[in-house]
Amino acid sequence: MLSIKNLSASVEGKTILRGIDLEVGAGEVHAIMGPNGSGKSTLASVLAGRDGYEVTGGAVTYRGMDLLDMEPEIRAREGLFLAFQYPVEIPGVTNLYLLKAGLNAIRKHRGEEELDAMDFLKLIKEKAALVDMKQEFLYRAVNEGFSGGEKKRNEILQMALLEPHLGILDETDSGLDIDALRIVAEGVNKLRGADRAIVVVTHYQRLLNHIVPDHVHVLAGGRFIRSGGKELALELEEKGYGWIEEQAA
Amino acid sequence: MSQTERELAPLLQRDYKEGFVTEIESDTLPPGLDEDVVRTISGIKEEPGWMLDWRLDAFRRWTAMTPPRWAHLHHPPIDYQAISYYSAPKQKELLDSLDEVDPKLLETYEKLGIPIDEQKMLAGVKVAVDAVFDSVSVATTFKQTLMDAGVIFCPISEALQEFPDLVRQYLGSVVPSSDNYYAALNSAVFSDGSFVYIPKGVRCPMELSTYFRINEMNTGQFERTLIVADEDSYVSYLEGCTAPMRDENQLHAAVVELVAMKGAGIKYSTVQNWYPGDEHGKGGIYNFVTKRGACRGQGAKISWTQVETGSAITWKYPSVVLEGDDTIGEFYSVALTNNYQQADTGTKMVHVGKNSRSTIISKGISAGKGQNSYRGLVKVLKGAEGARNYSQCDSLLMGAECGAHTFPYMEVKNPSAQIEHEATTSRIGEDQLFYCRQRGLSEEDAVSMIVNGFCKEVFKELPMEFAVEAQKLLGISLEGAVG
Repeated sequence: MLSIKNLSASVEGKTILRGIDLEVGAGEVHAIMGPNGSGKSTLASVLAGRDGYEVTGGAVTYRGMDLLDMEPEIRAREGLFLAFQYPVEIPGVTNLYLLKAGLNAIRKHRGEEELDAMDFLKLIKEKAALVDMKQEFLYRAVNEGFSGGEKKRNEILQMALLEPHLGILDETDSGLDIDALRIVAEGVNKLRGADRAIVVVTHYQRLLNHIVPDHVHVLAGGRFIRSGGKELALELEEKGYGWIEEQAA
Repeated sequence: MSQTERELAPLLQRDYKEGFVTEIESDTLPPGLDEDVVRTISGIKEEPGWMLDWRLDAFRRWTAMTPPRWAHLHHPPIDYQAISYYSAPKQKELLDSLDEVDPKLLETYEKLGIPIDEQKMLAGVKVAVDAVFDSVSVATTFKQTLMDAGVIFCPISEALQEFPDLVRQYLGSVVPSSDNYYAALNSAVFSDGSFVYIPKGVRCPMELSTYFRINEMNTGQFERTLIVADEDSYVSYLEGCTAPMRDENQLHAAVVELVAMKGAGIKYSTVQNWYPGDEHGKGGIYNFVTKRGACRGQGAKISWTQVETGSAITWKYPSVVLEGDDTIGEFYSVALTNNYQQADTGTKMVHVGKNSRSTIISKGISAGKGQNSYRGLVKVLKGAEGARNYSQCDSLLMGAECGAHTFPYMEVKNPSAQIEHEATTSRIGEDQLFYCRQRGLSEEDAVSMIVNGFCKEVFKELPMEFAVEAQKLLGISLEGAVG
């Protein structure tokens, strides 16, 4: 699914990622953990193709394609989805409109027929139920006036609708209370499947109680310093990042 | 320029596809303006004596006036002696049907997508059109259908012949010839435009539309539109405009007067797409327009909707004088300035009557080196008990070299008045674009969607056909088809 080899990247001339290696197979859930400033969100942004992130070395293969050579929208249409840490507000554009435009762009790319308004409504209502989202949110401007929890739920709704091959969740747990966290995690769990890989980027272990990963990687100083199973996350929770950083040094 | 701006720049460049010139022989007055020119124009039109006197009076007032300097606009002084004040395509004197219109003119309007052939119009979407080419009206459609309903829709030059009393009663009653520099100039030299009269209790059976086209070089267009909606009548009126691409600046100084009597409603929509000049700021139309409506009786309503995408300079403040009690004035505006375009536009709402209400929604979009100013006045007179106004002025910036300015003025003489004003300025962010692209939209579609969302409140006020046109003009696809 995703193969990252010796990836380095910088932002505004400052090196953030220093040689990342990662193999993600279909059906797997990987958690990337690390202290603030370790490069977690940078990795997510580089994979999605955000402007201002310069790849200085290495290669990323996604489903047999050279990911770094693709425009952000092509990555999206090829099934790479990023749930944003800070979902963006777009005044005047309804959630429904953005989602329909996105879904149809992806369907068109795949050579599938675009959905008309009626079929789309039916589909989106099913998906909204999945993340326990009231229908009125569909008719509101994208993320405008949404609470933190509503914004994150909206991200998961979008993921449910767009059915990506690879879902990257960037700090989806930040700013969520326990109930919202549970709803979001349940939504994600329903999206787990044999054809889909999920990469969860998080600072805290608590999300991983709900979304149990197959693999955990610890990022510090721009490289992975430790990889292991789900028990690694628990160890981190107990001992903090300092312990593992010392070990790696 | 940041990366986003570099990427945005080509998206904002659009070809001006209406920029062609029609090769047609014209009778054009030599450049220059004096009393003889005024007399000549009046003479060509075979106008009644009172009309000539009115023009000459306006001309004398104009010569004593100076152009206003308060607008946030910069341009070299206009040489009024270098402009020709009358140009008409050569054609037969009297036209009984479209068959007699010069095929080159028909072709021009066809190229512009303006339906002036009744036969070719689709059933159901009937719009009556008055086509004004340089200084004269060349065709008016559906005149008979409208006549049957008692509606008068004809070139104002024709109205001066056929219905002189009606014209005399209302002309200059909303915008007096001494109102301002450009209105005085227009009053002296206007050559054509549309006249509309909707009788008592009649709902105009179709949308009325005037399409203005400047073709001839070094020619100014000075059209005059007068719309009178008698008691309890209603009309929706559309105005469109284009001009060829020329390196010289051309002047357009129009006056539009609306009169709504007791219980009447006038909805006036404009999509202004005059040639804006090239990307270096060369050429383009100077658009100095005075538009004003008067709600003369109880419960009258006037609504202005404008989408201003063209012109090198736009100076325009469609206003409403709310004379009657319970009257309503509305102003919905989208103004886009790109490259070196400058717009200083807004409205005046003058509350005279009790419980008069006004709404102002202004959306300014600035890109390139464009300068966009909203200038608005809400005036509540002493007797306007219970007057209310809501104003919202939003600006959207694309890039770092453009400017957005807001000049809201308020004069409130009645303590019971409620005035609300909201203003925002935002920028199309890299974050917004990236978010949309991550959901699969192309960058172009993402820009369209964001701009369209920004303008939504105004677009929804436009008649359907016009809304589509307006969105195409901003280079965007229909937003809100769902939801």
